[in-house]
Amino acid sequence: MIALDTLTVGDVVAERTVAVSRDSLVRYAGASGDFNPIHYRDDVAASVGLPGVLAHGMLTMGTAVQPVMDWVGGAHHVLDYQVRFTRPVVVDPHEGAELEITAKVGSLDAAAGTARIDLTVRFEGGTVLGKAQVVVRLG
Amino acid sequence: MNPDLQGRSYPPTAPYLVGREKVREFARAVGSADPLSLDVDAARAAGFADVVAPPTFPVVVQEATLAQLLGDPEAGIDFSRVVHGEQRFRFSRPIVAGDELAAVLTVTSVKTLGGNAMVTAESAISDREGAPVVTAISTLVVRGDE
Repeated sequence: MIALDTLTVGDVVAERTVAVSRDSLVRYAGASGDFNPIHYRDDVAASVGLPGVLAHGMLTMGTAVQPVMDWVGGAHHVLDYQVRFTRPVVVDPHEGAELEITAKVGSLDAAAGTARIDLTVRFEGGTVLGKAQVVVRLG
Repeated sequence: MNPDLQGRSYPPTAPYLVGREKVREFARAVGSADPLSLDVDAARAAGFADVVAPPTFPVVVQEATLAQLLGDPEAGIDFSRVVHGEQRFRFSRPIVAGDELAAVLTVTSVKTLGGNAMVTAESAISDREGAPVVTAISTLVVRGDE
């Protein structure tokens, strides 16, 4: 259990690099029911002018929050989670894609017993999510 | 698309029964190692009736409401021009396997920016008793003619 008074705004609470492969996309398509072919077919992605097959935005969102889940002790601590999708994640058929996730304390609310954790997710050096914030209940 | 869409609501979706194996499948797909999502005994020891869904799982229930919006000829949204702009989940409580959930979508905002339209839709997801569980909010960007 994490005590709020041990945290300071700006603390990095979790960091992780996650590999996303075409297999990950197929697995997420099945689990979520999102079968948009731009997430698994190169020909369809190319036909709509995309640079390649893209990861589902919701897979990136779902993956990015996991380091925070491990830190805080589970999904039931989450009160609010939001992101903006600012840049697509192109998943190479051979090399896949790497997401570099950093989670920092954005703000603390001692009265409510909550912390806002701000996520940065980088792919090929650029951020792919904006205003990625998760509010968790501590304790 | 229809600029008068703001304020429009759709009927509640058919009840979605949250399955234990669906929660586990979803948890594995997003790389979750949360024992409460994967292990029934761990979830019960923590006071839940069954496994707890990962934070982005509500999108599975929300999807049926977005299909209502995108499939509504009066809304006039061309799905091939839609890009997912923003997503948010506001929880009243976590989703647990065994929950039977229904969702009601309301269009809360329509804005035009340059040649694009931004449509924000809130799907209020509630349980069998009608108690609120989570609100899933999507902002869709509908690209204009190029």
